[in-house]
Amino acid sequence: MNSEITGVIVTFILTLLIAFPLGKYIAKVFQGTPTVTDFMSPLERFIYRFCGIDPQKEMNWKQHMMALLSINLVWLVYAFFVLLFQSHLPLNPDGNPDMTPDLAFNTAISFLVNCNLQHYSGESGLTYLTQLIVITFLQFVSAATGVAAVAVLFRAFAEKTTEKLGNFFVFFIKTITRILLPLSIIMAIILVFNGTPASFDGKDSIVTLQGDSVQVSRGPAAGMIAIKHLGTNGGGWFGANSAHPLENPDYLTNMTEIIAQVILPMALIFAFGFFIRRRKLGYVIFGVMTLGMLTFMIPTLFSEMGGNPALAHMGLKDISAMEGKEVRFGVPASAYWQVMTTIISTGSVNSMHDSSMPLSGAMQMLGMMTNCFYGGKGVGLLNYFIFLIIAVFISGLMVGRTPEFMGRKVEAKEMKIAAIIALFHPFLVLVGTALSSYFAAHHPQIGWAVQPAAWFNNPGHHGFSEMLYEFTSASANNGSGFEGLGDNNIFWNISTGVVMILGRFIPIIGPVAIAGIMAKKKYIPESAGTLQTDTATFGIMTYAVIMIIAALAFFPALTLGPIAEYFQLY
Amino acid sequence: MSDHKQHKLFEPALVSVALKQAFLKLSPKSMFRNPVMFTVEIGTAIMLIVTLYIKLTGSTTQGSFGYNLAVFIILFLTLLFANFAEAIAEARGKAQAESLRKTREETPAKKVFLIGEIFTDEVKVVPSSQLRKGDIFLCEAGDMIPMDGEIIHGLATIDESAITGESAPVIRESGGDKSSVTGGTKVLSDKIKVRVTTDPGESFLDKMIALVEGASRQKTPNEIALTILLASFTLVFTIVCVTLKPFGDYANTPITIAAFVSLFVCLIPTTIGGLLSAIGIAGMDRALRANVITKSGKAVETAGDLDTLLLDKTGTITIGNRKATHFWPANAVGKKEFFEVCTLASLADDTPEGKSIVELAAEKGIKASQLNVEDAVFIQFTAETRSSGVNIEGVRIRKGAYDAIRNIVQKAGHTFPAETEEKVKEISSNGGTPLVVSQNETVLGVIELQDIIKPGIQERFERLRRMGVKTVMVTGDNPLTAKYIAEKAGVDDFIAEAKPEDKMLYIRKEQEGGKLVAMMGDGTNDAPALAQADVGVAMNSGTQAAKEAGNMVDLDNDPTKLIEIVEIGKQLLMTRGTLTTFSIANDVAKYFAIVPALFVTAVPALQGLNIMHLASPESAILSAVIFNAIIIPALIPLALKGVAYKPIGASALLRRNLFIYGLGGVVIPFVGIKLIDLFLTLFM
Repeated sequence: MNSEITGVIVTFILTLLIAFPLGKYIAKVFQGTPTVTDFMSPLERFIYRFCGIDPQKEMNWKQHMMALLSINLVWLVYAFFVLLFQSHLPLNPDGNPDMTPDLAFNTAISFLVNCNLQHYSGESGLTYLTQLIVITFLQFVSAATGVAAVAVLFRAFAEKTTEKLGNFFVFFIKTITRILLPLSIIMAIILVFNGTPASFDGKDSIVTLQGDSVQVSRGPAAGMIAIKHLGTNGGGWFGANSAHPLENPDYLTNMTEIIAQVILPMALIFAFGFFIRRRKLGYVIFGVMTLGMLTFMIPTLFSEMGGNPALAHMGLKDISAMEGKEVRFGVPASAYWQVMTTIISTGSVNSMHDSSMPLSGAMQMLGMMTNCFYGGKGVGLLNYFIFLIIAVFISGLMVGRTPEFMGRKVEAKEMKIAAIIALFHPFLVLVGTALSSYFAAHHPQIGWAVQPAAWFNNPGHHGFSEMLYEFTSASANNGSGFEGLGDNNIFWNISTGVVMILGRFIPIIGPVAIAGIMAKKKYIPESAGTLQTDTATFGIMTYAVIMIIAALAFFPALTLGPIAEYFQLY
Repeated sequence: MSDHKQHKLFEPALVSVALKQAFLKLSPKSMFRNPVMFTVEIGTAIMLIVTLYIKLTGSTTQGSFGYNLAVFIILFLTLLFANFAEAIAEARGKAQAESLRKTREETPAKKVFLIGEIFTDEVKVVPSSQLRKGDIFLCEAGDMIPMDGEIIHGLATIDESAITGESAPVIRESGGDKSSVTGGTKVLSDKIKVRVTTDPGESFLDKMIALVEGASRQKTPNEIALTILLASFTLVFTIVCVTLKPFGDYANTPITIAAFVSLFVCLIPTTIGGLLSAIGIAGMDRALRANVITKSGKAVETAGDLDTLLLDKTGTITIGNRKATHFWPANAVGKKEFFEVCTLASLADDTPEGKSIVELAAEKGIKASQLNVEDAVFIQFTAETRSSGVNIEGVRIRKGAYDAIRNIVQKAGHTFPAETEEKVKEISSNGGTPLVVSQNETVLGVIELQDIIKPGIQERFERLRRMGVKTVMVTGDNPLTAKYIAEKAGVDDFIAEAKPEDKMLYIRKEQEGGKLVAMMGDGTNDAPALAQADVGVAMNSGTQAAKEAGNMVDLDNDPTKLIEIVEIGKQLLMTRGTLTTFSIANDVAKYFAIVPALFVTAVPALQGLNIMHLASPESAILSAVIFNAIIIPALIPLALKGVAYKPIGASALLRRNLFIYGLGGVVIPFVGIKLIDLFLTLFM
């Protein structure tokens, strides 16, 4: 077998080998049973005391969401103002300027919501201080926010009929002290030893082989790059993200980074199974998500390795699609990254997605459109839960029983929330893209600082793909870009900012609300007539629901973008 | 069973009523109840305007007049088909209820007029429609009972075949649990005085008819949840279609209004949207065909979720009451003497057990009429003595439970014979009931009473078990007997020595554990438990109190009906679930028909997406909307009859239905649309 393909398979197996025990560990952390990281508890106790948190106080789902939203609001205001005045603050060796208000708005939201859509380049757009106290800080807390939210779901289904679902701040702080910090430290060390900078010195200057003198940006990057992946954040220190030689120096760091971004979303699925004492359910969910991953991965690998037929027509043989990719990673490792980073909402890139083959582009977008195959940290499982509830409802009816999940009835109220959340993502993406298409089609010369006509480097279907990708990435809180789109202007900064913040919090509140409402319901013991949710059949049903609802809603839009490009090319 | 079960699915008379209704239901006010079909109506209206606009202005930007007209007509038919589905289900339900009600309209009633404080026998014949709740009427042999009521005086044999289809007459008498009479049934003998219990138009049948008709039909919880899901699908596809306009503008792809409307109508779940209410009505109708009147659609739906059934032993699990099967005289007691004593002891015992003793003795040659019963003083059963009997010329004969007689015997200083004691134990452990007979405080022997389990009942319980329903036998027997019968009949649990409040406690206990419980009852003392149960089925022969308390009334008085009711409930939910799956799965094929058709003129390369190789964009769109329209009437029979329920376990059932309706739902429209397209190309 092709050694590059072997590399991809080994990467996946390694991910799984780490994720499984990690899942068991996470379940223990939230159960409060002894773990190896108990040495952290003095620190946690200090934080609780310092912040006036009573770790024993249990919250219901509404209190959880109030806590989550209010603390996030504080971070948003903080991040916005620090970015706005960064040039006046210390640790700015390169003398980078303040952010414009619209860019600060976009950036603050982008990192708050774990999206990390970047309409700036880290080298020139941020200072070392803001990289650390805004970007890296938000990368930790936004990841922990997602995990704390999914922990409410864990609690809701672990017990029979309860309103008490644990303490938000305890979930949040434990996620940082016992999961994110230890893993980030290990990963940062691996990165530093492989050449990623961790220095407070400003730009360095090197003389290239050609004799030119080049300024090379650096900074205390390794720690940030670690949490960027572990927290499924994806925002790069450098503009070129993990395609940059200092951000991702070699195949080993590439493997480390791609493994790091997948382990926690995967581990949380296993943790769910362990926590609610239904491992099989965890395995079935994992199976469905893996099936979804393969649905996008296999066509991507084939189309990328098959290369561009236009080149084949020119008589070039065995050319895989190397445009926009790094030679140190090769095509399969880049294709694997493309799919993983889009399905799990990291959004870091090690190749230019804009340059990938049309079919791969479609798969990347579908990964973000479904947004629940593994999915972002915590939120992936929450998104999946929405589809699971819809699948439970339809299958429950199909077996002749009022639908129930984990012994709780699924009724009108839960359906209403699930239905709103399921249609919210297509709504944000399609309406956003419709808005930009409208301006591009009808007012290309409107009197804005950047006219819509100037947004595109590529007109036609590819330009459409770029807009669709941008809004999909924003709404899915993915953060990767198709690039090629002139997006640092008021229209894109504001519109994607609004989409990102809505696309983050509504899909968190919805599933947590459903879980909270269901947790309060009377527990119905299982009988032979009860629909089993931990079977392969039900897994297939869930997969079909996701594909038909989430993917098909985008079919007409995809047709005008990557699908049209595909048929024009072949 | 009765003949009115054999209706054809589409009776011509009903079809013509339904066709008329289908047009009447087009009024936006009634369409609004169904959000999915309401949006189709809006789409149809838009197409009508577009078609007229083209006709009047001769505009060519929106495609030809004929094409737009065709789309309009097909959409209009889609609406009519959906309305027809609902109308035919209503018509069938109403026809069924009417056929039951017809018998009772405008029968002459012999009304008793009240003068002062006392009833006089002043009787006037009035039409039954003038009777009101609380009125009293008389019925004699040959009279039709004009109204539902309760016997306050007298006893009569009544032919209830008009309602139940059962030809054997039944006895109804005042007081007790058999006092209820139903309008439309006929008195065969004797004379009864009846108090009317319902006002005209408020009988259960009237309520049922109102339920079937649109006005008072309430959506059930599951129906509401499903409507929400379908409405949200509709909303998603609204967004998909509306945003397609700027997308098309950007890509320089003009999309006609007809194409927009067609895409929208095809994507929204019209199949299930159009059939949803028909499915619900058909569920109630199926219950009615099983001779069960439901007081709400919700009760039928709940029946499908039942976890526990409380079944009375007598009449449900066993045939009738216990019967005497053996006489076991003690040693040194003559057989004939024992038989005679047993007969004497039971002569005044009106319980079925007592009668069966007399019958058994008669089989052995003892004629009750030949026995000398002059000066006999009959001792009635009391809870205190727990025995009954007779005193004749100083001879004291007693019959009762083992311990009661043993008390009497031992109090008199006699010993209880060991071999009789053995026999008593043997009978008990075989599920029988021993009745010990004593004469002058000396044991004469034992009568064995046995229950006879209904043939085939074990299989029914096995079927219920596979459905996940637990069966509980309720009996007044002692635990030992109860256990024996429970095991023999194959029920999962039993309540022995049950008092009415025990049923109530058991139901509460199950409900606290989150289970849904059904029970069947007929007596007034069953009423609280019937009300407490999630599904309470009252027998039509039961008291008014029982009928008011329950949420279903079984006209056949057949206690095994619960099993059918559970299946009807499950079928109802399954039909909704499978058709929803089918409807949504259809979207895959419709996308592949319409989306390439939308863009292929502007982006010729997208011809590659036309995997069905449909002839032209117009034929593709027409084929998709035609398929979308005709699938509704094609599925009406399924909606009305319901998807067959098979107790094969939930996972196997899901697999089966997912295969048939999920995979089928993906494949069938590909085939159907292609065939329609081939057909259309003959004309285009």
